[in-house]
This record gives sequence, structure tokens and C-alpha cells, in this order.
Amino acid sequence: MTDNNIKTNVKKGRKRGIFLRLARYVLEQWPLFFPALLLTLGANQLSLLGPKYSGAAIDAIELESGVDFPVVFENVKLMIGCYVVSALLSYVLSVVMINLSQKIIYKMRKQVFEKLTTLPVSFFDTHATGDIISHLSYDIDTINATLSHDLIQVMTSIYTVVGSLIFMWKISRPMILIFALTVPVSILFTRYRSKVVRPLFRKRAKKYGELNGFAEEMLTGSRTISAYGREDEISSRFNKINDEAMDAYYKADYHAAILFPTINLINNISLTLVAVMGGILYMFSQNGTVLATSLFFITLGGVAQFVQYSRKFAGPINEFSNILHEFQSAFSAAERVFSILDEAPEKVDSPDAKDFCDVKGDVSLNNVTFGYTEDKTILKDVSVSAKKGQTVAIVGPTGAGKTTIINLLMRFYDAQSGEILMDGMPSGELKRSDLRLAFTMVLQDTWLFCGTIYDNIAYGREDATPEEVYAAARAAKIASYIESLPDGYNTVLSDDGVNISKGQKQLITIARAFLANTPILILDEATSNVDSRTEIQIQTAMTALMQDKTCFIIAHRLSTIQNADTILVVKDGSIIEQGNHAELIAKGGFYYSLYHSQFN
Amino acid sequence: MKWIFDYLKPLSKRIAVGISVKTLGTLAELLIPFLLSYILEHVIAQNEIKRIVFFGIIMALCAVTASVGNVIANRMAAKTTMMFSTQMRKNLFIKTLSLSPRSTDRFTIPSLESRITSDTYNVQNFIGMMQRMGIRAPILLLGGTVITMLMDSKLALVMLATLPLIFIVVYSISRMGVPLYTKVQQSVDGMVRVVREDAQGIRVIKALSKVDYENKRYDKANRTLRKNETRAGIIMGVVNPVMTLLMNLGIVAVVLASAYFVADKSSSATTVIAFMQYFTLISMAMMSLSRMFVMYTKCAASAKRISLVMEEENELVLCEDDDKGDKSFHVSFEDVSFSYLGKKDNLKNISFSLKKGESLGIIGATGSGKSTVLRLLMRFYDADSGTVRINGRDVRSYTSEELSAMFGVVFQNDFIYADTIEENIRFGRDIPSEDIIEAAKTAQAHDFISSFAEGYAHPVSTGGTNLSGGQRQRLLISRAIAAKPEILILDDSSSALDYKTDANLRAALGKSLPDSTVITVAQRVSSVKSCDLILVIEDGAIIGSGKHEELLESCPEYKEISDSQMGGAFLD
Repeated sequence: MTDNNIKTNVKKGRKRGIFLRLARYVLEQWPLFFPALLLTLGANQLSLLGPKYSGAAIDAIELESGVDFPVVFENVKLMIGCYVVSALLSYVLSVVMINLSQKIIYKMRKQVFEKLTTLPVSFFDTHATGDIISHLSYDIDTINATLSHDLIQVMTSIYTVVGSLIFMWKISRPMILIFALTVPVSILFTRYRSKVVRPLFRKRAKKYGELNGFAEEMLTGSRTISAYGREDEISSRFNKINDEAMDAYYKADYHAAILFPTINLINNISLTLVAVMGGILYMFSQNGTVLATSLFFITLGGVAQFVQYSRKFAGPINEFSNILHEFQSAFSAAERVFSILDEAPEKVDSPDAKDFCDVKGDVSLNNVTFGYTEDKTILKDVSVSAKKGQTVAIVGPTGAGKTTIINLLMRFYDAQSGEILMDGMPSGELKRSDLRLAFTMVLQDTWLFCGTIYDNIAYGREDATPEEVYAAARAAKIASYIESLPDGYNTVLSDDGVNISKGQKQLITIARAFLANTPILILDEATSNVDSRTEIQIQTAMTALMQDKTCFIIAHRLSTIQNADTILVVKDGSIIEQGNHAELIAKGGFYYSLYHSQFN
Repeated sequence: MKWIFDYLKPLSKRIAVGISVKTLGTLAELLIPFLLSYILEHVIAQNEIKRIVFFGIIMALCAVTASVGNVIANRMAAKTTMMFSTQMRKNLFIKTLSLSPRSTDRFTIPSLESRITSDTYNVQNFIGMMQRMGIRAPILLLGGTVITMLMDSKLALVMLATLPLIFIVVYSISRMGVPLYTKVQQSVDGMVRVVREDAQGIRVIKALSKVDYENKRYDKANRTLRKNETRAGIIMGVVNPVMTLLMNLGIVAVVLASAYFVADKSSSATTVIAFMQYFTLISMAMMSLSRMFVMYTKCAASAKRISLVMEEENELVLCEDDDKGDKSFHVSFEDVSFSYLGKKDNLKNISFSLKKGESLGIIGATGSGKSTVLRLLMRFYDADSGTVRINGRDVRSYTSEELSAMFGVVFQNDFIYADTIEENIRFGRDIPSEDIIEAAKTAQAHDFISSFAEGYAHPVSTGGTNLSGGQRQRLLISRAIAAKPEILILDDSSSALDYKTDANLRAALGKSLPDSTVITVAQRVSSVKSCDLILVIEDGAIIGSGKHEELLESCPEYKEISDSQMGGAFLD
């Protein structure tokens, strides 16, 4: 089989797969779905009964002997009954459907989000946040619109189509032949158009994702944009993406627009044929060319009824082709949603992954080589070891791969060769969550979420008592600031809040680290945003924190580096010097020159 | 909602043509059932094949007209919708970017984001849907009413009596609907917020194994959204059944009335039968109107959210200069005080002045108000009292274009977007490539950029996650100096640089931008020690100012910082 064949087969499988997967979501909610079906039938049936009673009432009015009021009243009562019950049923139905679609949508959002949290860090490094958000908002909303509005319509349609087909079969089999011709034409046409239109809808969903991604990215930088007065320039870039997205919207709609009217045309042509053929057959039945026993025999009333049923039959097909384009749109959205659900998660722990509790904190890297892409190695053959309680400082020019070492220790990325041992065990054989819980990171880029200051500190350890949280805040020298706020620890940190600076945010993350109190500590320029006076104040606490812990430090304070047990000098991805401060100074190499640069 | 019409106005010709075509198609389509019943009642009985075929052909022609009309009209509708929403989103985006920081803080970024995306989609959907489906129902309603009035005005009035009831229902539910959907959109904001935060903080979440916690946090937002959507749906779900019921009760009333009318011979039974058929048409039209009405409510809620942004007034209005400034100074603060929240002063009585080409260093504790000084200078906010001047002119008298043209600035953890290194430095300005390379050389970024295989064309990911902290800072500094700004602002922008690189950078800056006034906010004394003026800020007030040597004498706090760092500080 050629590559192309394989591709088309994969595509076909994917299309069918999407439908089945969506159907499964619906069927899973059978306690709501089947009652909804029954309610649909009931409401429809009742709405058909209403005209029947009104017909009877009118018949009673029409009598030559005058109006038969008792019969009229009787039927009027029945009519009212029917309509009231039917209205009730259809309200209950819409409540059921809203709950049904909301349950499905809720579940989808939940699944997508929970899937996201299992994805490797590299996924977030390579996908725009706004595009990720777009999956959870726009795409799922699109599916929602179809589920809550169109599902009922489709169910009703099927019911009506099958019902009227049976009646038509009873009245005149030859006339059904017309539909035997036109319905397949409709189906073939729909299939053909879907093939044309589907990629357009797929593109549209993708473009919306890009649009959302761009909007998110630029809003994040709105302050810088206005500082440079680049609003117009960024807007024109936005306009380009917006134009593309709108063009994709237009193209999809443009090509989809032909579908409904064409199906409608085919249906109307069928109706015309029914009228003409019915008329001719009736004529022949009248003048005796067609015998009463023949299949072709038809009465005038028969023609009238057939016409009525064929209108009923055609209606839903019309409706269906009308909402088909919403279905297309929902399918493309579902495809994007499922593509996230199908992303390979961070490699799961192997079944024999070991627990990693009672951590001592011995860490060693043996001949580790790594690059984010195959073609560019960031770390070459790095070896280093730290025993419990030791401090390893990593220094070197920026971009030399210092942060990469941390990505590997935490197993955000896996090394291409070499191994990392934790307490003598290869870290790849340990349970990831256990491994990560052995570490605490304080990073240069602070991360706080929208919640109270208390919750943000307690994030480090959920079971912490309030006293422990306050103590951590005191140790990080942020307690007095927090207490000066009107709401104290209950102050909500909202998006890019103005009343809290970068440095204060960093102190909160340091408090979080104090609270977590894990055997291994990673400090990646942990105090870069904290002013030196405050840093001096928290230094004692930091030293206490580092006591008996294995520490990896990327920092620029000599005091911490000087006292480190091992200093790694990283340059261009490899360790060019290794040793303690005195040894490295004595060596007179790169470290020596870095050290002296500060005095010049 | 009104603004929507302003956007539709320029498209009105196109819409009018579209509606006419659609009307024509719809009329042709509505003719088909009439032809059908005419054939059944009058033509077939005449036993003439020719006549049957003749009417058949007319029907087919109607069918073709209907289809062609619909295709053309729907395509035109797609086009107008496209033009409408392109314009709407474009204006909303630029307005959002030009909001003052205070307004941005108030709206919050996740909410602004969902207004640009989710809310505009809601409005767009409604506009598209109205053009595609909003024509047929009114035609049916109007046509049906007129015909029934002509047939039997008394019966028609009985039917029309239900209309006020229907309007009351629709009106009162719409009053409830808009706030409900506003709430839905607010919970969309809440959900977006969690996803956005987590996408940005995934490392911390994974490091602390907080996946379950985050799942719970998201679940809460997700549940709120579901609750609000369900509630809105349940309330809005009342519209359709109630409307149908009222219409049907109208039918009942008509039947009952006609019984009396027929009895007193003021009406005939045959008209009643025909009347009923039109009535069914009218009630179908009402049903489709009710669906549009639900969409309208949703659209109205979103439209309101959009217009709140569109109508947000820029509090940073252009003022007249008071001509009291001293033109010999490039930058000056005159007794400036400012508070973000209006409670406690974040800056108190700040005064200083700089001549052109001088340098200013600001140093002080975390949260002391250093960055606030910069924000007032760039007029992100207006001072509560006192005056900020550039070239002796009040900053409030400069247009925002004039202001931004003067500055080159690097914020803490500044904005880097997905594009090449070169474009990130150029940042959409008209700067030749040679200047970009020169800026990168000055910013000590040229070497690392050249080490990439693609050099300046190296792609940077969102937020610069594929660069190290120090590389990011140098890239940002390159951006700030590329246009050779009058005033260069560096807000703690070399914290990730080692001392050697930092020192080289400062030397290069002095050489390549000799006339620029440079303002540096830093933690390190070494970054500011050579400045012409250093301000030491604590709790929003200046507690020391002067040159390095002077401050060592006069400001004990400064001396403390300096002592702790000199010889104590090292490298990155």
C-alpha cells in the first residue's frame, strides 16, 4: 500500500471514529437520553392529536343542521388538554436535554483538562496558551450548540421520516419509486459536498484556535505593547490572523451554503413529480386504463394524502441538510478536542516503578547527554554527584544549560543517554510523583494562582496547619507585609495584581518552599527579584532551610556559592570546571576570571 | 446592542440586497405548497395531462428559484457576517490594547480574552443566523396575518389577542435571560483563568505533584459554568413551550369563536378550515422566532460585555501643558504622589530632575515603589498630585504616540512572543537589520544569537521558553535600544546576567547611546553605582539621593546594601 492510501484510510477511520466517539458520549448518558427520546415521541404524538380534535370540532361546526355545541365543547376541552400536556412535555424535554448536553460538555471539559495535566511539559512549551484555551472554550462550545439544539431535531426527524414512509408505502408503492430515485441523489450529493466542506471546517476550527492563541499572547504583553506604542502594528498582525480566520469562516459557509438549498430543490422536484405522477395515475385510474386491483390504482384522496405525507417526509430531510453544516462544524471541533485526548501523555510510570519515600537525598548524574531537539545537544556527558546535605552550585554564562539540568532532575524531560541516580536508584525507575515530591523548586519566574495568599503558600503542603503557614511566611520575611494588607492572608491575588511586586511574589514562593520542607531543594535564581536587604534578612532562614538538604543552586550571591560543596562551571553544555571555591580559584580558570570580573 | 447597528450600517446595501434575494426565494418556496393544493383541487380533476405537466413545470421553476435564491442569499449572508465580525473583532482588539493599565487590571486579562473570542463568536453567530433564518418567519407571520385579516377579520382579531400575552412572556423572560447569560460568560472567564494559569505554571504544578489539586480547582470552575449554563437553559427553555401553548390556545379560541360566529351565520365553516391552515403557518413562524429570541438573549449578553470594553473611557486624557516646567531638564518629577487603590500612597512626594544624557539609578526594597516611578513617567497611570515632566512639558500633554516614541523599555519578565529573534527585537517598528544587529551587539546578545544555526531568524517560542533567563533579558535590551530611544528604561532587566556581561553591557550602552537618558531600576548596587543620580526608595518615599560616593556617606540604608553586595555578590 502506498503512503497516500494509508493516509486516506487513516482519515476515513478518523472520521468514523469521531462520530462513534461522540455517540458514545451521548449514549453514556442513557438515563437522560432514553427519556428524552420517549418525551420527543410523546410530545410529537400529542402535537399531532391537537389538529385531529380541532378537525373534529370544525366538523361539528360545519354540520348542515347547525353547530353542535356539545361536540365542539368536548373537542375544545380535549384540544386544551393536548396542548397543555404537550407544552409540559416539551418543557420537560428541553430541561432534560439541557442537563444531558451540559453533562456531556462538563465531562468533555473535565477530560480535556485532566488530560492536559498529564501531558509532558514539552507540550506546554510548544503550544500557545490561547490555543489550548480555545479547545476548552470555542471547540467544546461548538459541540455543545449541536448537542443541545440539533440532537432533538435529528431524533424527531428520524421518527417523522420513518413514519411517513410507512404511510406512503401503504398508499401507493409505485409513487414511492420517485423517492427511491431522489433520496439516493440527495445522499450522494450530501456525501460529496461533505468531502469538499469538511477540510474547510477543520481549517476554520484551527484558525480560530490560532486567533485565540494570538489574542492571548498579545494581551499578556499589552503593557509592553503600549510602552512601545506598537498597538497599530500588533493590531495589523491581529487583523491578518483575524482576516484569515474570517476567510476560513466565509469559505466554509460559502461552500456549505449550497447544500441545504440543493437538497431542498431535490425535495421540491420530488414533490412536483409526485403531483404530476399522482395526477396522471389518478387520470388513468379514472378512465379505466389502470384497474382498481392494480398497484398503480389511486384515488383523489389517495393522491392528496400521499402529497401530505411526502411533504412530511421531505421536511426533516430539508431540516437535516440545514443543520448538517452545524454538524460539520461540531465534528471539526470534536476532532480537535479528541486530538488532545489522544496526545501521548507523559510516559506513565512502568508498572514496577518503585515508591520513593524516606528519601535520603543522594543525587548523582552519570554521563548525561541531552538536547531539546535531536540536532542540538544542550548538555554533553555531564557527571556530578551530591550526597545528602551537600550543596551543588551551578554557575556559568547564561544559556549554558543550567536550567536544563533541573528539567532533567525533575524528569520534565528525559535524558537521551546516561542516567540519574536518586539514593542509588535510577530515577527513571521511580514513581514520578514520588520523585518530584522529593524536590522543592523556587524559580526565577514565580508562579502564583488566582487565590488567597494563604492558599498560595499552603500550596506547598496541603495538610499544613495555619501556624505552619504563618511560620513559613515569617521565615520568608513576607509575614509583616501580608499582615499589613487589609485582608491579610485572605487577600486574593488576582491576575497581574498591581499591589504586589515581583519580589513579593518571589517571597511567597519561598515561603511555599519553607513549608514544603522536602529533602532536595532547587533554587533557580530564587532571590533574583528580591532586594538585597531583604535577601540578607532571609539568608539565615535560607541557610536553616538548606540544612541537611541536598541543594542545587543557580544564584549570583557569592556567599552561597562560596560555601557550596561542589561548584559546577557549565559552559556550552559541558562542565568545564568542577570543585569547591578554593580549588577553582587556585586553578585560575574560567571561574577565576568570572570571580574577578566583579571587582573590575 | 445598539452598537451592532452602527457596524451593520455600512453593510446595509449588501444586507438589503441579500434580504431581497432571500425574500424572493422564500416567496417562491412558499408558493410551492399553494401550487400543490391548487393542482390537487382544481387541475387533476380536469383530466388533462398537459395542464398537469404545465403546473408541474411552474412548480419546478419555483423550486429552482427558491434554491438559487437561497444559495445566493446565504452566501451573501456569510459574506456580510464575515465583514461584520472582522470589523467588530478588529476594533475590539485595538481598543483592548489601548485600554489604560488601570482598566486592564479592572477587566482582568482572562476576561478581556474571552470577550475578544467567545463573546464575539456569540454575536457573530447571531448575525449570521438572523440573515439565514430570520427572513422566513417574519414573512410567514406578516403574510399569514394579512391573509387571515382579509379572510375574516373577527376571527383574526381573536387570534391576534394572544399576541400581547406572547410579548409579555418574551419580554419578561428576556429581562431574566440577559443577566443569566452574562453570568455564563463570567464563568467562562473563570474557566479560562484556571487553564491560562495552569498552562503557564505547569512546571510548578508537576513539581509539587499538584495535578489533583488543579483538577479540583478546574472542576470547580467547570461546575460553576455548567450550573450557570444549565440555569440559563432551563429559564430560556420556558419560551418555546409557552409560546407554542399560547398560540395553540389561540387556535382553541378561534375554534370556539367560530362556532358562535357560524351559529349566528356571521361566518362560514369553509373559511374556518382555510383559516386554520394559515394559523398553523403562523404558529410555526412563532416557534422559529422563539428560537431566534433565545439566541438574541445570548447575543445581547455578549454584546453588552463587548460594549463595556468599547465604551471604556480612557482616563488618561490629553491635558494642556502649564508652561511652568524647566526646559533645561530632560526628565523631572515635581512632588509626585500616587496611589494605585486610593487607600495608601504607593509613592510619596517624589522629586528629582535629570538633564539630557544623564543616568538615574533607582534602588530600594521589594515593593518599595521603584517600578511605580517608571509607570508614572511612561504615563501608564496619572499622578494623584504633583507633575511629571519630560523636556519641561507635562507628560499629560503628550499624545501616547509622542510618548512611546521617546522610550525604550525593558520590564521585569517582559513580553516575548512566538516569532524570530529579529522580529522580537524589531517589534513591528521600521528598523533596518543593521541597526538590529548593532543593538544586539550593544546588548551583548549578538554572540549567543550567532551561535544559533538560523542566527537572527531563530524562532523564539511564546514567552521565550526556549531561551534562558539571561538570553531573554539581553534580547529585551536589544529591543529597547534598537530604535535609539531618548529615554531608556531598564527595570531590573539585568538580574539574570553575570557581572561580567552586565559590566560589558553598561560600557557598551554608554558608547552607543551617549545622548540617551538612562533610568535603571536594580537590586544590585553595581548596576547603578556609576549613575549620575541614584535614588534610594523605601515605602514609596525617597530616603536618599545623590551619587554613589555621596550616598555611602549620607544614606545608611544604601551603605548597608552596598556592603552586603560588594565582594559578597558574585555571578549568575
